[in-house]
Amino acid sequence: MPMPAPGSVRWVKATLVGSRTEVPGTRTLVIDSEDFTPALAGQHVDIRLTAEDGYTAQRSYSLASPAGAKPFEITVDRLPDGEVSPYLVDGVEIGDMLEVRGPIGLWFVWRPVQVEPITLIAGGSGVVPLMSMIRTRQAAQTGGDFRLLYSTRMPERFIYGQELMTLDAEADWFTLHTLYTRQAPPSDARGAHRLNADDLRDLAFAPEMGSSIYVCGPTPFVEVVADTLMQMGHDPAKVRTERFGASG
Amino acid sequence: MGFFSPGFRGREHADDGRIPPGQYLEHGFPVLSAGPTQRVATTDWTFTLTTETGEKHSWTWDEMIALGVEDIHTDIHCVTSWSKLDTDWKGVPIEKFLDGIEYSSEYSMAHSYGGYTTNVPLDDLLGGKAWVAVGYDGGPIPAEHGGPARLLVPHLYFWKSAKWVNGLTLMQQDEPGFWEQNGYNMHGDPWREERYWGS
Repeated sequence: MPMPAPGSVRWVKATLVGSRTEVPGTRTLVIDSEDFTPALAGQHVDIRLTAEDGYTAQRSYSLASPAGAKPFEITVDRLPDGEVSPYLVDGVEIGDMLEVRGPIGLWFVWRPVQVEPITLIAGGSGVVPLMSMIRTRQAAQTGGDFRLLYSTRMPERFIYGQELMTLDAEADWFTLHTLYTRQAPPSDARGAHRLNADDLRDLAFAPEMGSSIYVCGPTPFVEVVADTLMQMGHDPAKVRTERFGASG
Repeated sequence: MGFFSPGFRGREHADDGRIPPGQYLEHGFPVLSAGPTQRVATTDWTFTLTTETGEKHSWTWDEMIALGVEDIHTDIHCVTSWSKLDTDWKGVPIEKFLDGIEYSSEYSMAHSYGGYTTNVPLDDLLGGKAWVAVGYDGGPIPAEHGGPARLLVPHLYFWKSAKWVNGLTLMQQDEPGFWEQNGYNMHGDPWREERYWGS
């Protein structure tokens, strides 16, 4: 892939054209920009805010929309001590302008030309870039089978719940496993507990299947999952991780 | 410019010139690696310097420590926008590895256990600018932060400070390492916001 010319990955103006609340405190923003290059599944964008005194703050957010979507979507979780996320979740209104830069990253990406099985492992809002991959696979109607292991605290925190459950029921290439960590519905046989080695052994594609594995979420979650996958004999070269650090 | 985000205030911010453009002050130490954490014992660890002619020189952990470890107090800047000030490290200056070795290269590629690579011009590694770090904050470097040893090049974005470093290969011309092939800048100077391709 040829490198873009100097100065071409730059801040461009964008407008908030839509939004919806996924779960309380988590909001999807629909953003339109004339100058934004269509993205690949799994990429992220930088968003920059400017205060009246000229102070700026920027953070990165994974794209939730499928590859190539225009307008594109991000899903933002409000962090308690966040500087940017509270504004994006509670402040910015339809019609307001934002500055965006990207899309960025070629590593944590899924492309429809990949035919191998795909294991997606999400911790909380780590599901966002994986949702982009799932939506891309859905739109492309081609690619390997997908399994999503989604670790979330409780049903009230289950982002994209309806869409994922419907897809699980209707698409034969997609299987959803929801792993509640604090509170599970009474019908859930697994009960609520942290994702562990048994979950990975039972639910992820086995190492010999040669699946590509994408893990995304808070760092401690990713660390435990990646270590466990290594102990189970998965090839480290097939494990891609995206860790949400302490940025807000 | 005349553009601003209505209602956005931002944190209390003192401009003391230590935070590069587009960065914010972070008190924690986020971990952002592309793959699983490498776990290497110092008893198994080696560092190999390869010159542009293919000549190799290697050090075991103890041989490296014997080159001389110094204290480093510095600020670090991540391309994901966080900056952490006043961090304390211990490390061996890169100059010590090149002492007495003949070479004519201007560029280098750092290699790590697990396959990570990043390219750094020699100008950015010499003159007191870079170390193989062996300690952080009074103790060994935790594995998720790149221990037992990582490259430390604090004046560039921290992806250049290769975790789990195990070698340096000298090159005649600049070649892209891992992140440089995946959308990130060949050089990575935070003061010029050299974050991405085309930055």
